[in-house]
Amino acid sequence: MMITVHHYLLLSIALFVIGAIGVVTRRNALIIFMSIELMLNAVNIAFLAFARWNLLIEGKMIVLFVLAVAAAEAAVGLGIVISIYRNRQTVYVDEMRLLKG
Amino acid sequence: MMEAILFYILASVAVIAALLVITRANPISSALMLVVCFLASAGIFAMLGATFLAVLQVLLYAGAIMVLFVFVIMLIQTDPKDLKKRQMTFGKLLGAAAAVYLAIVLGIAVWRPPFIAAPQAGEAFLTPSTIGHQLLTTYVLPFEILSVLLLIAIIGAVVLAKKKI
Repeated sequence: MMITVHHYLLLSIALFVIGAIGVVTRRNALIIFMSIELMLNAVNIAFLAFARWNLLIEGKMIVLFVLAVAAAEAAVGLGIVISIYRNRQTVYVDEMRLLKG
Repeated sequence: MMEAILFYILASVAVIAALLVITRANPISSALMLVVCFLASAGIFAMLGATFLAVLQVLLYAGAIMVLFVFVIMLIQTDPKDLKKRQMTFGKLLGAAAAVYLAIVLGIAVWRPPFIAAPQAGEAFLTPSTIGHQLLTTYVLPFEILSVLLLIAIIGAVVLAKKKI
């Protein structure tokens, strides 16, 4: 039984789609954030699978950059969530329907 | 054979943990399940020959980012009783159906073409010294942009979370 690049790509697709379902179905802003992290992680797996199968270093370097950008995104996103919670006392996105600050 | 067993164990742990992340009502449970998912994907990274990235994944994601998440959840959560009930709406069903359709299309696209069955000969191990060399030669511009981005993120997070500027 051989593990091929297909297996890794299918795992990546599964994780990505689970993350996408989380983004569209959940209302808690924090869980939406976690789902976005899941999707980023799934893409990293796909990059690494292609890098491994073609012996390229580029895929791994891109994953390094994705990790750093995800860290920055999480810091700013959680800052936004805290700021919204301070103004609205909620983290549910269906209660945030005003553009006025 | 060993590789296959390891892959199936890690993959099923990752997928089940990911499913639990998006189904738990309490964000704390979701965050802990996300840690499990990231640890399993770190194992997958190591299987793909990216050992340094696997270590980074554990330190950065399972360590730093998830601590940040748990910290924020603790800050803003009041009572488990205040958590909203699940409700099914047409929009949610439509979104989930679209995502499942995406999965089917991507799965067909990935499965059909004859990919290379075995990895090419030789191991492309990425040692920390190679990474350092690459970062300061080929990838020096993205590296510098990234450092500026991280600086902006630090300042932005402080400004956003501050009460009065």
